[in-house]
Amino acid sequence: MARSITYREALNEALTQEMARDESVIVMGEDNAGGAGAPGEDDAWGGVLGVTKGLYHRFPGRVLDTPISESAFIGAAIGAATAGLRPVAELMFVDFMGVCFDQIYNQAAKFRYMFGGKAVTPVVIRTMYGAGLRAAAQHSQCLYPLFTHIPGLKVVLPATPYDAKGLLTQAIRDNDPVMFFEHKALYDLAGPVPEESYALPFGEANVVREGGDVTIVTLGRMVHTSLEAAERLAADGVQCEVVDLRTTSPLDEDTVLESAEATGRVVVVDEAHPRCSIATDISALVAQKAFGALQAPVEMVTAPHTPVPFSGPLEDLYIPDAQRIVNAVKTVTGWTR
Amino acid sequence: MTDERIVPVAMPKWGLSMRAGKITGWVVAEGDEVSVGDELADIETDKIAGTLEAAQAGTVRRIVARVGEDVPVSGTIALIAPAGVSDDALDAAAAEARAGIDAGVPDEAAGGPAVETADVGGRKIRYAGAGQDGEVVLLVHGYGGDRNSWLFLQEPLAARHRVYALDLPGHGTSAKDVGDGSVGVLADAVLGVLDSIGAERAHLVGHSLGGAVAVAAAARDPRRIGSLTLIAPSGFGPEINAGYLRGFADAQTRRELKPVVGQLFADESLVTRQVVDDLLAYKRLDGVDEALHTLLGALLLPDSDAQRTDAATAVAALGGTVPVTVVWGRDDRVIPAAQAEAVAGAIRVLVAGAGHMPHMERPAAVQAAIEAAIARAC
Repeated sequence: MARSITYREALNEALTQEMARDESVIVMGEDNAGGAGAPGEDDAWGGVLGVTKGLYHRFPGRVLDTPISESAFIGAAIGAATAGLRPVAELMFVDFMGVCFDQIYNQAAKFRYMFGGKAVTPVVIRTMYGAGLRAAAQHSQCLYPLFTHIPGLKVVLPATPYDAKGLLTQAIRDNDPVMFFEHKALYDLAGPVPEESYALPFGEANVVREGGDVTIVTLGRMVHTSLEAAERLAADGVQCEVVDLRTTSPLDEDTVLESAEATGRVVVVDEAHPRCSIATDISALVAQKAFGALQAPVEMVTAPHTPVPFSGPLEDLYIPDAQRIVNAVKTVTGWTR
Repeated sequence: MTDERIVPVAMPKWGLSMRAGKITGWVVAEGDEVSVGDELADIETDKIAGTLEAAQAGTVRRIVARVGEDVPVSGTIALIAPAGVSDDALDAAAAEARAGIDAGVPDEAAGGPAVETADVGGRKIRYAGAGQDGEVVLLVHGYGGDRNSWLFLQEPLAARHRVYALDLPGHGTSAKDVGDGSVGVLADAVLGVLDSIGAERAHLVGHSLGGAVAVAAAARDPRRIGSLTLIAPSGFGPEINAGYLRGFADAQTRRELKPVVGQLFADESLVTRQVVDDLLAYKRLDGVDEALHTLLGALLLPDSDAQRTDAATAVAALGGTVPVTVVWGRDDRVIPAAQAEAVAGAIRVLVAGAGHMPHMERPAAVQAAIEAAIARAC
């Protein structure tokens, strides 16, 4: 696995390979083709950050530019999925998902259940999340906890190029609606990715670093911030185990609990707001099912309960950083009754 | 001037992409006497952890590399010398070695050879070579392995030979289509790679299923094969750990795979997270699941836990025209070492402290057996 490509290229490769493998896979969204689909537009954008670049010419008629009407095209994608296609719809920023909530949580998420398992909705909704790009309150939110709350949706947050390709491949092949979250700050991250196709199963957390003193449970971009903190802590002799959830629904409870039971100390790192979040969800899971093993209360490192600030210095303070994780780890290792 | 009785112990190159290694613990101390094959140090790379064995006998006079620091490949980590060498000479050599480590890992990318591709009957077969001169040696991995299985052997053997390792069909980065999954299909790939290299004559080294494959390739064209070294080969008796084979083919998660892979080794601590993750990444490639299950049909008799592969008949039929060496780990839990007796006319080497993967657990012993097999044939 020697070849290194970026997170963006890994996503593009998954789309390319799945579209080549299965002609029912289509791509749709704002500027996914670019240039309003004008034939011969070789410089078409391929989405605002270029993830779908090159697909329009390679798969004629299967990459659709849509109007700026999220409620219409997300609804169309979900309808197409119930009728036999496998649409991959891109809704630029998850912040805009509100206008199509009925289509997602009241329709797509319910069909399999309400029709007794006879209906499937193999749609993937790709979207960008997260702060750090100076895009302010309406273009920087995480919001994945909202979707994790809904039974019937699968929620996926790849942290590496390898995971991005394998999880998107699985998302496209999956027969349920999948919310696929891509952090804006990860698109240029490079890493080893096999050239061949592969699918990573949902509900399997990845232990990205082993350690016996403290468990850090995290996801998405915060995996990298947590690894940076773990590296610093190792220099002080504290060995952290870093667990990347990879999918929040389904959730790999076993891996979280096994690590929590082994270390007895847990820090959850989540870029989302602190209330009703993945951080609270994991904290509750550990408190309920691994209580006997805990040596200290679970610590949470999250963004504050405020909108993402417009001011650059404030935004930098808003995003959890490695120092805050180091401090939280020191709190759980130093805790006494 | 360096006293030529001082023998430097170098950071090994385990695998073509390795640029540096980290010593996680010294097994020996200054003043210890070591024999060839004795364990010197535990070393970790970003890919794998292993134990460095002594390639020369003598007294460990200086330990240069500290535990936990990165040492570039081929950097001197210790000095072995007889008692007659003065402390001054050793201190000077140790200071020079220390400067080499402190200079750090060279920036240029690992200069490993490019991976080549052969087209064999419509299948893309990938292989990589190392070494400039000498006899052609082709390393053939076993079921579920790939060319990286030879990471402890390919570079050391390449000091004197041109050493190639391939990915069999269904494995590594080669085509995942294995046809009917027969040993014959895999042997086609071996001969196809020899054609692609342009080798008129080669020495084959095969592990496990790769041993049976090497035998099948030799049976097709015995004049082309200088020697056969078979490491824990399949096809020399009915008994095999079918639970291991099925467990490997069926495992879907790290949790399922790790205990299965542990059965390969005498020392299960060698099965690191990285080893399991790499295997899982391979198993998840499209087509691999089908390939592994198709190959199972060639390895095991239907509805039975017994081996289907027969390599013993083919070796007997060679009638000594190709010299055969068989190497087996004494603690093999996949194929019993007693089956070494069934390899007609072979030189037998039993390796202590090794399971089904002696070329990973005791590489120095396996290297010596391969070198001896090549020397006898030339």
